[in-house]
Amino acid sequence: MEVTAHEIDVQSLRKRFPILNQEVNGKPLIYFDNAASSQTVDTVVRSLIEFYEKDHANIHRGIHTLAERSTKKFEETRESVHLFINSPEADEIIFTKGTTESINLVAHSWGSINLKEGDEIILSQIEHHSNIVPWQLIAQKTGAKIKVIPINDRGELLIEAYEKLLSPQTKLVAFNYISNSLGTINPAKEIVALANEFDAVTLIDAAQASPHTKIDVQDLNCDFLAFSSHKMYGPTGVGILYGRRAMLEAIPPYQGGGEMIKDVSFDSTSYNDIPYKFEAGTPNIGEVIAFKSAIDFINELGHSVIESQENELLQYAMNKLSAIEGFIPIGTARSKAAVISFLVEGIHTYDLGQFLDAKGIAVRTGHHCTQPLMEHLGIDGTVRASFSVYNTKEEIDSFTNALRSIISKLR
Amino acid sequence: MNQIKDRQEEIIEEFSMLDGNMEMILNYIIELGEELSGFPDQERVDENIVKGCQSKVWLVASYANGRIQYKADSNAAITRGLVSLLVRVLNQSSPQDVIDAEVYFPKQIEMDRFIGTQRSNGFASMIKQMKMYAVVFLAKQKS
Repeated sequence: MEVTAHEIDVQSLRKRFPILNQEVNGKPLIYFDNAASSQTVDTVVRSLIEFYEKDHANIHRGIHTLAERSTKKFEETRESVHLFINSPEADEIIFTKGTTESINLVAHSWGSINLKEGDEIILSQIEHHSNIVPWQLIAQKTGAKIKVIPINDRGELLIEAYEKLLSPQTKLVAFNYISNSLGTINPAKEIVALANEFDAVTLIDAAQASPHTKIDVQDLNCDFLAFSSHKMYGPTGVGILYGRRAMLEAIPPYQGGGEMIKDVSFDSTSYNDIPYKFEAGTPNIGEVIAFKSAIDFINELGHSVIESQENELLQYAMNKLSAIEGFIPIGTARSKAAVISFLVEGIHTYDLGQFLDAKGIAVRTGHHCTQPLMEHLGIDGTVRASFSVYNTKEEIDSFTNALRSIISKLR
Repeated sequence: MNQIKDRQEEIIEEFSMLDGNMEMILNYIIELGEELSGFPDQERVDENIVKGCQSKVWLVASYANGRIQYKADSNAAITRGLVSLLVRVLNQSSPQDVIDAEVYFPKQIEMDRFIGTQRSNGFASMIKQMKMYAVVFLAKQKS
């Protein structure tokens, strides 16, 4: 049963993240870099330890007990992810090492047989480099062209302009569900529906969305969707690629090796079925297994609780920060995740970041791997504070107080 | 040469009094930067930007009476302070002394602990650029 937002006891929730209970530079740690990586929940850490202490063995094809046990647990996570995003089948879930690898897999495997000169790929102005560069690489090889959905001053995609970009030449539309730099929540379902009118393939980068928003790939009706465990209270080194069965079956493997084959001779190789066709080599077994505990954690808490808790923090922080003289928010989308990108007039973002760190506050400064966006905005970068369900209003108070004192010193 | 060493020892001594307190260290660095005066506006151009720094760093050098005079500035306060340390260490030295100088104070004051790896790389670029000026001045002197 889900609890409502006001029923969450944040203090006991924080106990499940022991890392938060420490001092940095002599001050209590305030961790506001959740959009880069969220902290790991205790059950995930325990699961990792348990795997290496009790179950460690290579998965699949083993007949001994440990191999059976680890294989079973590995496949349980696949099942869990399948339910988490409501994919039609568990076999449509492929484990990679991160969102970046998931996107590269599609760009390479799908792109190499489906793109040719004159074809067009549509991306958006607010993409992370990991959803730009893989497409540039395949565009260079195939002669396809990249088109970009523009944004308005709030950092929202201009859907009318997107509609004009769509044409029979559009072969693929790839975009993020939530922007990592600005927090903009994109109308993913609408973007996919418009692409479908032109039979364009769709890929959603859900790296920022998966910890915050309920994802239903059948409702979204997308062809591919990618996300990462480490932004969802899980371990690093685990990415997920969802792909429609028909799509995954039609495209060639991304890498060759063990696990992904059916039969190998020096003359020819026949490939394994999905998902194994795309999982060459030994994966991050322990991390994949532990990822299930992160999904369980999110499910137990419930997306609606997470969303309302984070929204409350976002509104609270925006009210506090807006009162600071010279505070310039970058990205003010009407539908926004708990990410605040900002500048302070007359002060370099690196100075702010460094002084905040001296006060135990972790934020991110720079271009956030979205250089085309920063160039469009005419800035080098921003300071980005991103909140998670375990953050508190008291931390936001400390953050704004710290910011005021730094500003008075640096001005 | 000893002058370069002496100045580095001075800096190490000054930082040791800050007791590893990060805020005090950063405040001190900012103060040092405020003392960095007189960077000519007309030199604040792209050609004088030191490559490899995350914030903008401008560096120029002139040569007179066998000594190099460096001038530097940055658009970030902490970087300006760090740059002022390098100017202080290497200023008014002969080209040969700058080329031969071992800049060891950043390690001694554990600079990467408070400026991070990326900024440390920028700092290394700055030293390299200062030495490059010295190489050019030395070549001119010989020709």
